[in-house]
Amino acid sequence: MPLTSADFSAIWLTLQLASLTTVILLIVGTPIALWLAHTRSRLRGPIGAIVALPLVLPPTVIGFYLLLTMGPHGYVGQFTQFLGLGTLTFSFAGLVIGSVIYSMPFVVQPLQNAFTAIGPRLLEVAATLRANPWDTFFSVILPLARPGFITAAILGFAHTVGEFGVVLMIGGNIPEKTRVVSVQIYDHVEALEYAQAHWLAGAMVVFSFLVLLALYSSRKSQTSWS
Amino acid sequence: MTARARPFVPSVLAIFIGCSAFTSAQADEVQVAVAANFTAPIQAIASDFEKDTGHKLIAAYGATGQFYTQIKNGAPFEVFLAADDSTPEKLEKEGDIVPGSRFTYAVGTLALWSAKDGYIDGTDKTLIGNQYKHLSIANPKAAPYGLAATQVLAKLDLIDKVKNKIVEGQNITQAYQFVSTGNAELGFVALSQIYKDGKVSSGSAWIVPEAMHDPIRQDAVILKKGENNPAAKALAEYLKGPKATAIIKSYGYHL
Repeated sequence: MPLTSADFSAIWLTLQLASLTTVILLIVGTPIALWLAHTRSRLRGPIGAIVALPLVLPPTVIGFYLLLTMGPHGYVGQFTQFLGLGTLTFSFAGLVIGSVIYSMPFVVQPLQNAFTAIGPRLLEVAATLRANPWDTFFSVILPLARPGFITAAILGFAHTVGEFGVVLMIGGNIPEKTRVVSVQIYDHVEALEYAQAHWLAGAMVVFSFLVLLALYSSRKSQTSWS
Repeated sequence: MTARARPFVPSVLAIFIGCSAFTSAQADEVQVAVAANFTAPIQAIASDFEKDTGHKLIAAYGATGQFYTQIKNGAPFEVFLAADDSTPEKLEKEGDIVPGSRFTYAVGTLALWSAKDGYIDGTDKTLIGNQYKHLSIANPKAAPYGLAATQVLAKLDLIDKVKNKIVEGQNITQAYQFVSTGNAELGFVALSQIYKDGKVSSGSAWIVPEAMHDPIRQDAVILKKGENNPAAKALAEYLKGPKATAIIKSYGYHL
């Protein structure tokens, strides 16, 4: 067997991290995207920019600030210590938080595009038919924005699987806790275990291609991410 | 662009060409791959080297294993200051270095370090006491200081006891970073990272006796890419000279 048990535990950990991150992002990202799609507030620009920041920031910037803020002297670290949770660096929970921040735009933006495409008119019609906001969301928005949700989930998941820099900086490379596939590949390369690196890296290429193939084949004529 | 602005371009070009001709006539540049633990000393050595020889030293810092991969794949490094002796030896066997250019430029010292004053009392007591949450080490598969750290843990019969507390940096710089930011209470670092002019410059430490691990012999080589660069040869000679060795020793290395 070309893959070792350490490789498999890295794969399993990566899948757990990506799944949990995607679920959290769909829950957190939906209200943000709804608000961004419909608000006329002056804060729309700044909030939109903050959500998009991880698109352009190097992962080292996010990793560096997380390392400092989640550490024992940082605000987040002091808060979690106050709660008796210890610090979040070197923990799976810390990676989840890092991933949620890192993959946020990949979930929020497709959702926002989908919600914008629905437009205000249908929502107004629903309101005149006395649908409360929850009814409107579950009976109108959710079904119409379904492709957007699928795109958001796929991109959020895939982007988290591909995460490296943030994990490297706050993870501490702990087997079964923070050693994800991308770090495991880096480890293999550093240790000159090229054959092992090839198996994992090749698997990542195939996986990423299949994910994107599924994504692009599913929307035949659409050109945007909505 | 307007017609009037156009003559400006050739004159700027002329200045650039003039400058580059000027600098290359003055001195040669040498591209050096430097093991992360040697970051501070090489910076100190570089300014003397540039002053004394007129050559310019351009350094990249990283893990030795990573540099090996980069060198094998055509990286433009001319001199390699590794963190071990096995990687330069491997490059020598594979014909990637100038024959006969390999020498030991420093022997590293391992230290157990905490950013907190008084946390470590100069002995292995805190390490054995085991009252900490995270012990930072460099990746033992890639970094010689990480390997030495695991040898020390084995010698003290601590491997199983601290197994769940170990956090790994990808290189010695990251192992240091985890401790300096307080995320790990203590960790094994290179003495050169925390030592200046004969004493530990911040926090508290235990300088690990050499007998507790295999010697961390750090070898330097001139790579094939630097074969015809006088600055590469000059740097190798300079590292053996009295000025450089004094600096190297002041960071806690043996020679």
